[in-house]
Amino acid sequence: MDGEMDDKTEDKMDNKMDIYKKLVEIVGEEYVSVNPEELYIYSSDPGTMEPCKPDYVVIPDNVEEIQKIVVLANRHKIPIVPMGGALSLSGLVRPLKGGIVLDMKRMNRIIEVNEKSRYAVIEAGVSEGELKAYLNKHHPNLRHSMPDAPPIATITANALIHGSGRLSQQYGFHSDMINGLEVVLPTGEICRVGSCSISPYWFTRAPLPELAGLFIGWFGATGIVTKLGIKLYPRQKLRDVMIFVTENPDYVADVIWRITQTEVTEDLTVWAQPRPEWAEGFQHTTVYLTANSEEEMELKKKIVKNAVREYITRKEGGFLMLTPAMKAMFLQEPMSQLVRFADVRKGGGFEYVGAILPVELFGDAYRKGLEIAERIDITYAFNIRVIGRAHCMMFAYAYPFNRADEEDVERARKALHETNKVVLEMGGIPWKAELPAQKLILERMDPTTKELMRKILQLLDPNNIMNPGNWEVE
Amino acid sequence: MEEFDYTEIVHRCFRCGYCKYPSDYSRINCPSYAKYKFESYFSGGRMWLIRAFLNEEISWSGHLGEIMYSCSTCRNCVENCVFKFSDQLVDVFIHARADMVENGLVPSKVADFFSNIAKFGNPWGEKKSKRLEWAEGKYYDKNEYLLYAGCVASYDSRAKKALKALKELMEMAEVDFGVMRDETCEGNEVRIMGEFGLFAEIARNNLQKFESEGVRKIITPDPHAFNAFRNYYPEFGAEFNVLHHTQLLYSLLRSKKLNLGKVNAKATYHDPCFLGRWNGLYEEPRKILKEIPGLIFVEMPRNRKNAFCCGGGSGNFYTDYLGGKDGPAKIRIKEAAETANLLVTSCPICLMMLEDAAKSENIDIEVKDIAEILLEAIKT
Repeated sequence: MDGEMDDKTEDKMDNKMDIYKKLVEIVGEEYVSVNPEELYIYSSDPGTMEPCKPDYVVIPDNVEEIQKIVVLANRHKIPIVPMGGALSLSGLVRPLKGGIVLDMKRMNRIIEVNEKSRYAVIEAGVSEGELKAYLNKHHPNLRHSMPDAPPIATITANALIHGSGRLSQQYGFHSDMINGLEVVLPTGEICRVGSCSISPYWFTRAPLPELAGLFIGWFGATGIVTKLGIKLYPRQKLRDVMIFVTENPDYVADVIWRITQTEVTEDLTVWAQPRPEWAEGFQHTTVYLTANSEEEMELKKKIVKNAVREYITRKEGGFLMLTPAMKAMFLQEPMSQLVRFADVRKGGGFEYVGAILPVELFGDAYRKGLEIAERIDITYAFNIRVIGRAHCMMFAYAYPFNRADEEDVERARKALHETNKVVLEMGGIPWKAELPAQKLILERMDPTTKELMRKILQLLDPNNIMNPGNWEVE
Repeated sequence: MEEFDYTEIVHRCFRCGYCKYPSDYSRINCPSYAKYKFESYFSGGRMWLIRAFLNEEISWSGHLGEIMYSCSTCRNCVENCVFKFSDQLVDVFIHARADMVENGLVPSKVADFFSNIAKFGNPWGEKKSKRLEWAEGKYYDKNEYLLYAGCVASYDSRAKKALKALKELMEMAEVDFGVMRDETCEGNEVRIMGEFGLFAEIARNNLQKFESEGVRKIITPDPHAFNAFRNYYPEFGAEFNVLHHTQLLYSLLRSKKLNLGKVNAKATYHDPCFLGRWNGLYEEPRKILKEIPGLIFVEMPRNRKNAFCCGGGSGNFYTDYLGGKDGPAKIRIKEAAETANLLVTSCPICLMMLEDAAKSENIDIEVKDIAEILLEAIKT
């Protein structure tokens, strides 16, 4: 018996060594690791999800290499997990069933910026920070919609998980800004969707049948996106920020409605948190404005003030005085202050449920968040971004934890799970759902929709190698 | 040596990656991450791996040793980390290395480095007698300044040329200086590589020599030595003043002790990490270059606090963990060549690393120490 087990173990080891050698042939020795140090680091992200170790970490350089890796993985039925910045915090790039983690960040070429048609074509490893710096230098009249994720977050991964950012109030989710994709399908073919499938211009997804949806929101379970066409927008000369403060959460949905009705704002966010002490109990609606002249800026400020004047007259709201330092902090892109939340418990961790909710539910969503925080005895920060002229909001319930204290981590996990359930009960949907939240979503999903998802996965990925375990319909 | 409990900090890193970039996020600015590209090779990865090792989630390995020692301690992470403990990031790595030394876990190349310094007073195990060949008998004898060369300028043939240029400039300006007859390593790298015991011995021996010779002012062209003398030796009772050669040369220019002719070049400047981010000296070298008639000075995109390290610090000029393909010196020399046709620096390690990179990459750019370009300006 012992001998049999040894033989099997040896076979497996031989096989693993063979796969390693083949991966080395494809990308070069320096870009494949089976060392315990890399397997450890790539087993988790900064959130609360338990680690899952990969068998290999590979850093490809181009689409041809990825194609070869996918063909190899198909032959041997090895899972593949494409990874951008690994900053979803919800463990989406943990290899739930082992296999290969493909770190995409070596593919960081900005292939084209079309100034006149306002789009960029980039490789999947281009980060938010790198495109921002590139546009600042070479195309100062253009910008892309930056999320407040750290600058190493990749644009492609953020768009593919329906991220949002500075321009989402005006133009919707980042997934709405996708013009086209190049994808390595789970069976190894290279496929293009959008105008780039028939034209040299990556300028639109319409009027073709919508195929991009096969790859957006799937967490890499339907293929590996290697190039992205993304919309760019005019950059105006001036940016400013105003913060409108209320003490009644039931007013916030109306405040948002009034401000978005003006059509003059860039970004619109709301934050509420117990620290610093002066902020506790208040909702801070943060209005970002852009303009090409001081005159235009002043006019826009007046318009915003007029929109909420009724609250000021009733003494139920008012604008916060902002020092230059505070303004600089709020105007920073990305806002690094948000990441500092991870040190609230002096423990290097936070995770949030990014609930996609109708704005009209703000009051309920706020109160339910406070109830959870109180019940679980955990501190919190609520950060809300309005998306698409208040068509919806991303309500982030963020909970910090000390990763050196397992009880504290467990408390955060519990708060996240409770929040996910409450969000679904309210009629919302957790964004970039971690595995337990995916299960909660699937439990509530229309059976025919689920069956469609299952069929799509089976059709595209017959060997179930792409980030398996995610969106798995039983 | 000061007490510092790094185990209280390592779990506080969020691994957000701000530390990978310069302040404008334009390019990867962590030298080891730029080369290796695995998430294990930046400060966040190291923090998590140290914690995993302490928690026995991973075992000791040569690879872990390589990851720990491939950090050039350039302090880009300190500049760009967004957390309150950012100032302590490099100290975490230094003290983790000290524990590695204490437990006999350092890679063999690092052990050789320490051993050579302990036995021969230099990293390469070169003869002590060769160290002062460049000085041509100009020994310290109650002079105003001690000129301390450091190991790299004393032994590396390229850096030695720059050192000779500095000596010549100081002689031209009639600076009263001499060189210690038995100069030995000052130990900066030894300390930041974690051999605190050896460093203490080196520092005490050097101080004893300096005191017995009555040294009150030291000039050094080596920012690593400058750092040790300025920041670490006072802990052992040092009371002398130390100047980097860029500070001396700038003051000589201001007092009109050096008369400059024309140099036709488009020059850029590479900030050595141990001069810039470690000690805040950014302006003197630039002011010197701007004083040279005919020289057009242009900044590289990454400069001052955002400068990209050459990859030689923390003993990497010897261990070579940052050499080879995608080595930071190769990246930096390309950036310089896109900016200018002359790259000026003010560190013997940077000079050696960057000129080697220019040669190996066949890049057409001159690499010079600031003393060399100044001497050229005087002689034209």
